[in-house]
Amino acid sequence: MTIKFQKIRKHYDGAAAITDFNLDIQQGELVLLLGPSGSGKSTILKMLNRMVSHDGGHIFFNGQDINSFNVQDLRRRMGYAMQSVGLFPHRTVGHNIATVPRLLGWDAQRVQARVNELLQLLAMDPKQYAGRYPHQLSGGQQQRVGVARAMAADPDVLLMDEPFGALDPVTRAALQLQLKKIHRATGQTILFVTHDIDEALLLATRIVLLNHGRIVQMGTPLELLQQPTNDFVADFLGRADLGLKQLSLRPIAPHIKAIEGTEPIHTISHTVTFKEAISHMATLHVSSLRVVNADGTVLGQVHATDLLETSDV
Amino acid sequence: MSLSLVQRSNPVLALYVALAIGAVGGLPFLRVAPNRLLSGEPVYLWDVLQQLGSQQVDALLLGLVVLLCIAVWQPGQRLIQAFIILTMAASLSGVWLLAGQFASSAIQAGNPLLRTSLGAGFWTLAALAWLIALDAIARVQLPTLPRLLLQSAFFLPLLLLLNEGQRLSIAQEFANQRDVFGPAILRHLQIVFLAVVPALVIGLLLAWRMTRTRSLRQALFPILNVIQTIPSIALFGLLMAPLAWLAVQLPALGRAGISGVGIAPAVIALFLYALLPIVRSALTGLEQVPAEAVNAARAMGMSARQLLWQVELPLALPVLLIGLRSAVVQTTGLAAVSALVGAGGLGQIMFDGLFSAANELVILGVIPIVLLAMMADTFFKVLSSLIKTRP
Repeated sequence: MTIKFQKIRKHYDGAAAITDFNLDIQQGELVLLLGPSGSGKSTILKMLNRMVSHDGGHIFFNGQDINSFNVQDLRRRMGYAMQSVGLFPHRTVGHNIATVPRLLGWDAQRVQARVNELLQLLAMDPKQYAGRYPHQLSGGQQQRVGVARAMAADPDVLLMDEPFGALDPVTRAALQLQLKKIHRATGQTILFVTHDIDEALLLATRIVLLNHGRIVQMGTPLELLQQPTNDFVADFLGRADLGLKQLSLRPIAPHIKAIEGTEPIHTISHTVTFKEAISHMATLHVSSLRVVNADGTVLGQVHATDLLETSDV
Repeated sequence: MSLSLVQRSNPVLALYVALAIGAVGGLPFLRVAPNRLLSGEPVYLWDVLQQLGSQQVDALLLGLVVLLCIAVWQPGQRLIQAFIILTMAASLSGVWLLAGQFASSAIQAGNPLLRTSLGAGFWTLAALAWLIALDAIARVQLPTLPRLLLQSAFFLPLLLLLNEGQRLSIAQEFANQRDVFGPAILRHLQIVFLAVVPALVIGLLLAWRMTRTRSLRQALFPILNVIQTIPSIALFGLLMAPLAWLAVQLPALGRAGISGVGIAPAVIALFLYALLPIVRSALTGLEQVPAEAVNAARAMGMSARQLLWQVELPLALPVLLIGLRSAVVQTTGLAAVSALVGAGGLGQIMFDGLFSAANELVILGVIPIVLLAMMADTFFKVLSSLIKTRP
């Protein structure tokens, strides 16, 4: 599976919305289209499944121009989840998720199995939820169903248009982690639109930062944080806490050392990042923490100076 | 203070009771004529009671008055409302029983040609019994389905006692015309069906086009509104000339039964009348389908047809049903007038009665029309409530 945007242009009423947009996406990537509102990120997403047409250039899906596909066939191969979710209020959760598989004519048994599998993947008990109607779910649950529905027919690529934008911070964080887990487990190719920098830094294997319909910078989260190409990038990522954001991208695991001398009193899990570890130290007024795993076994300790003076990536 | 008085009493019921007392005193309960052609002498409820009545009937009446008085001051008591419903069902069959027995005894007393017809007092009391019961049923506050069942069950005692009134002239009139009713009802239903089903199909298509083409909507609604303001008789008349001309020009049409008179102008006119409520409700229904659901459906690769059948129509259905209900009820009533252009149906019986000054025959034509309309109304209400309780 490959996607290639080649010299894409788009005008709205004579004003350029997208100018000379080029992007290649490989199988298994989780690409974040990041940018302020009006930067054209959503338009690019919608061009891919032809909800919006492009005025110039070509978009290739598996090497074929997307305009050469039957538009319905094309869309059925691309999952689509959006902020407003758009679940069908007259259909149950199970029926909603089954939408595309049914359009593709899967047999009932296969559809049923897939619905159950997806609900489990998104941490919802099929027995409890498959028969419910959307209005009986919380906002977070609705969005889970929206994601499950988008993934239902094993799409070649999953298009997500600010799917978690309307959720409360706790629910949003839970769903972000879940999506990250799903991406790791399934290798699903995802193109994800957001204006939330932290969301982008957390999820992306690659970030495409847009402004006024042009790509400003493209790279891994750490590359963007460490080498912002211009002031816009630095400002948009939050100039003041670029360093803190970098800390949030580094796990402490490689920096655990054997305990020497007095054992630190306070403990921390071995799965956290630098940011959490240092935040912990700041709150507790200590400079070292004991690291434990899930069972409570002590693995060693981390020290503030080790964390702050390291320069590895 | 006046507001709390209204809250603690039932002024509607008080009004009904006052009207009932007025009807008993001021309107003839029955009319008795020596034969079918002469108009009758008025007989008041009081006379009927004196002639037939016993002390038990008087006691029952007194009990009824007391119960109604209590109900006026205790509108919140569900038990009392339940009593009222039962009593009103009994009263409805009671006035029928009284009228029927009076007719039987009058005929037994001598003249077999004697005609006892139902008077304005009877009809007023029957109507008031129904209205009081409706008010009470509303106050019991039941869900839709049980409420509609209760409303239908209200007529059960009357139906069981229908035979008791066989000496009344309305029953004799029915017996004389018995063979006419079956075909008339079928014809009536046929007219309604032929008008509403195409109106539903075409109305839906039009509404669906309108959601996409704004100009169509701007063009069509004024036309539909104007049609709605043309009196039905005028529209039947307007259609007669062109249809007659068509039938002459195209003999095949004439052989198919389409001509200036008969069912064709009736069905076309009623179809046009039914179009407005259906188009309007279908459009309202389609427009309140959530845009994001439509968007999601398109983004998942539904074709326009799949979108309509799987998303738009099911979501528009509750509103559409309201329009369809008013279209069917309206067409059932208007179809009566179509008898004037020779379409037949229950209107035919009504007009026969009207032109031969046989009031009972008019009523015999009207009652089935009202019943059909009420049944259609109830049917669609049940359907709507079933759809609403589903998700």
